Amino acid sequence: MKNRKNRAAVFGVFTALALIFSYVELLIPINFGIPGAKLGLANLVIVIVLYKTDWKEALLLSVVRIILAGFLFGNLFGILYSLAGGILSLAVMTLLKKTGAFSVIGVSMAGGVSHNVGQLIIAMLVVETYAVGYYLPVLLITGLITGTLIGIAGREMLKRIDRIVLS
Amino acid sequence: MISDERGKNMKKNDWLLAGGILAVCVIFFAVHFLRHREGEGQAVISVSGEEYAVYSLSADRTVSIGDTNRLIIENGTVKMEWADCPDQICVSHRQISRDGESIICLPNQVVVTIQSSNSSEIDGVAQ
Repeated sequence: MKNRKNRAAVFGVFTALALIFSYVELLIPINFGIPGAKLGLANLVIVIVLYKTDWKEALLLSVVRIILAGFLFGNLFGILYSLAGGILSLAVMTLLKKTGAFSVIGVSMAGGVSHNVGQLIIAMLVVETYAVGYYLPVLLITGLITGTLIGIAGREMLKRIDRIVLS
Repeated sequence: MISDERGKNMKKNDWLLAGGILAVCVIFFAVHFLRHREGEGQAVISVSGEEYAVYSLSADRTVSIGDTNRLIIENGTVKMEWADCPDQICVSHRQISRDGESIICLPNQVVVTIQSSNSSEIDGVAQ
């Protein structure tokens, strides 16, 4: 019983944290010039939850975070794209993590890249043009860089928060 | 017990993954820059997936796309001068001129792409 309450509370904390990261990200005026390319700071929380618990919790966190962030921070339109990117990203990260062949950094790199790819695919479907693919190289590179940075931060965090019991 | 994957430094596979992704990028860039233009470049504008207009790049003009976007064709380059979308990414996009480049306004579903006239299937182009 105590375990379940603990889990719910910690999950709430992580969700709030992810939302704050989303907000902070909006404050930073870095523009990659392409719809959807962001720093992906909230992914740090997703990665940590993925490694501390399992993919189901991470998925729930991701979806909840994206929807709430969309409503709170005024970008309803972007929710669809974020969801596509977030879900694809989590799926790829979960798969890579299961193989055990990659470190957190590698998983996070793939997560960052696939997040952008997911958003690009939805954009292609919405405007029904392949021309959107022109953005692919830039999105791949930014995804790679942000994924690597988040991965390094994630590794450092995971080293230090082992004491927190999540499940 | 800290599980194996967490505290470790980058493994060989991570580098391979990064390398693979970069390789894909390089290929894309190479294809993009090596495409040569045959014939006049033209700007193809589509709205919500349907073709809206095509304009040759050789003549300067200002194009109003519905009442939501405005495009400028000048000196063979294309730039989004104004749009009513909330993120303004299309407006801040640098000007495009090469085959395959595009400016996209996702909220308004506007896509402007450069094509060389030989590769298009359009019957006529507004000069």
